[in-house]
Amino acid sequence: MSHHHHDPLDHEHYLNVSYGVKSWLLTRDHKRIALLYLISITLFFFLGGLFAVLIRLELLTPKGDFVQAETYNKLFTMHGLIMIFFFLIPSIPAVLGNFLIPLMIGARDLAFPRLNLLSWYIFIIGGIFTLTAVVTGGVDTGWTFYTPYSSTYSNSAVVLTALGVFITGFSSILTGINFIVTTHKMRAPGMTWFRLPLFVWAHYATSIIFVLGTPVLAISIVLVGLERIFGIGIFDPRLGGDPLLFQHLFWFYSHPAVYIMILPAMGVMSEVITCFARKKIFGYNAVAFSSLAIAILGFLVWGHHMFVSGQSEFEGLIFSALSFMVAIPSAVKVFNWTATLYKGSISFHAPMLYALGFIGLFTVGGLTGLFLATLAVDVHVHDTYFIIAHFHYIMVGGAVMAYFAGIHYWWPKITGRMYPETWARLAAVIVFVGFNLTFFPQFILGYLGMPRRYYAYPDEFQVLNVLSTAGASILGVGYLIPLIYLLWSLRYGRVAGTNPWNATGLEWQTPSPPSTENFEAPPRVEGEAYEYEEVKVA
Amino acid sequence: MPDVTTTPVAVQFDDAEQQRESATIGMWVFLATEVMFFGGMFLGYAVYRSSYPMAFGEASRRLDIVLGTLNTAILLTSSLTMAMAVHAAHQGKRRQLVGFLIGTIVLGSAFLGIKFYEYFQKFEEHLVPGRGFALEGADPRHSQLFFSFYFAMTGMHAVHMIIGIVMMGVLIVFALRGKYSERYYNPVEMAGLYWHFVDIVWVFLFPLLYLVERA
Repeated sequence: MSHHHHDPLDHEHYLNVSYGVKSWLLTRDHKRIALLYLISITLFFFLGGLFAVLIRLELLTPKGDFVQAETYNKLFTMHGLIMIFFFLIPSIPAVLGNFLIPLMIGARDLAFPRLNLLSWYIFIIGGIFTLTAVVTGGVDTGWTFYTPYSSTYSNSAVVLTALGVFITGFSSILTGINFIVTTHKMRAPGMTWFRLPLFVWAHYATSIIFVLGTPVLAISIVLVGLERIFGIGIFDPRLGGDPLLFQHLFWFYSHPAVYIMILPAMGVMSEVITCFARKKIFGYNAVAFSSLAIAILGFLVWGHHMFVSGQSEFEGLIFSALSFMVAIPSAVKVFNWTATLYKGSISFHAPMLYALGFIGLFTVGGLTGLFLATLAVDVHVHDTYFIIAHFHYIMVGGAVMAYFAGIHYWWPKITGRMYPETWARLAAVIVFVGFNLTFFPQFILGYLGMPRRYYAYPDEFQVLNVLSTAGASILGVGYLIPLIYLLWSLRYGRVAGTNPWNATGLEWQTPSPPSTENFEAPPRVEGEAYEYEEVKVA
Repeated sequence: MPDVTTTPVAVQFDDAEQQRESATIGMWVFLATEVMFFGGMFLGYAVYRSSYPMAFGEASRRLDIVLGTLNTAILLTSSLTMAMAVHAAHQGKRRQLVGFLIGTIVLGSAFLGIKFYEYFQKFEEHLVPGRGFALEGADPRHSQLFFSFYFAMTGMHAVHMIIGIVMMGVLIVFALRGKYSERYYNPVEMAGLYWHFVDIVWVFLFPLLYLVERA
């Protein structure tokens, strides 16, 4: 690494250009808004994690002794709601996407900076509604709000929570609109579609889901709310309605929402893998188009959540076949990353450790997804811990690992300082071990028939549950260490310089941290993405 | 940095052309989200209408077709005045712009007035879903479902109209302050797109709710 760069405190950049609360709360700079999101979602991440800790503590023993059954229902509901709507969905897009997309395409900002700030405020207002629901008694419907329980029978704060989720949805929609327009209209001269970093392609695909999926969740929640408040009966069988319609509408959004969480993670992967293998991505076009294929196919598979809900066998058959098809573009990506690694000059910096972890864990999560897409197997393991393990391998093993990879990889660009490498590698290993110990036993538990959403279980399941709780403790430590050293690095971290990883990409050609305008002169793009020569990172 | 009042191109854009195209794409993408939003209700309507055609027909005949038709005419006319407003903005004619915007607000408010009168009628006739619902007929339970959709869909449509009317109020204030010219009138054009979209939703709602099983 070269040391002849300016100290980050020497040049004017987006962090030191102005000070004071107002300069942050009224900012239109995509980089500052990204940091506002980063702080907010970090709080939500640890709050959601706290609920997970309480869940794992209850499940340490077979008896329901730590909390009451009703409390347990609220714990897993709020864990799911907060982690999905207030951490995973905004995590990579609203933080890294917001920060990086204008930099990566050579623009001064997103197309609609005020809309971008508005999206953060909407996110916060939605968050406040949901947190109010949490402290005024919580909600116990599960994050899925299934009717008629949510619309008629639950005595918990359903309306307030639903309102929070409804409001937050609009922040996703605004982010999606902003990314789509920015990608179309704000690219620097020479930055053609097929020179875009794959991170941008992944976010473009994600944005399509944001704008087409989120409104459907919004209307389903509105209808549940109307049913609860005014007693209209669209989902109420007593009034001639059909609860299954709710499940269709809900999963029409909420299955694609899974791809909202994983597609940006895949975008991070393509950046990190190429940089630390010092190689051009294998099959650029295939990786780019597989993002779009996942976004489109993702809209056609929602019925696999309803194999045992009473939809027709014919529907089950179709949805099963379509679900298998999503595996194809997902596998294309995994194989292309692996092929990129092949004969690369690989170095094991922390972002790379997370990225390699992603490949393994996402593959396990994806393959068990194929088990679940198989009708007969799904009937056996439906609503068991097998499902829990499967989607945590995707969401935590995949999305969160990639989020950490991205945060570490771009930390020098965001803050101008390096994180401590040794600690970061240690944390990455701890997270990997803790994660597997937490969730692998749950595959076995589920296969043996332990149902999800119960606070007590038969004695013979205890050993595996103790393993899982032990793993969760390790995982918790693995998440706390980065929190500490990243904060530490803000003051004491080594000065990063413009391009500490010797990486390609426009974001690495401007000083760290970048100025408010991102680039001194509008960049002109001459070549393709990832033109790495096989040189080791210094 | 150029003064925003003389050159209405925001800093992130290179020129007015890029800004205008961005706004247009953004608005169309937003309208796509709106289509999906209303789509959820249209789907529900379609499912139950095909399951209970008789009940839906019976319920539909209780709607006031004269008021519904009148409202359709009013709303389509408001789309005309809105289009004229955009045209006036394009030509930089401020007085005309304000006039047509006021016309659109008046027509939109008339639509809402008639709509709320219809709601009041339904309330008087005990056709609002819930405990007070009372409809003689072969299948009152599923007729009630029709009215659930009627209120949810037209209610959501009315909410969109109210937002549109507020938006036009803001446009009038800005127009009077001289913010728009033939070089910069994006907000007027975007509001126009939005208003036409709201009209088109009604063009689908009207036959589905009022004209079904009328023959």
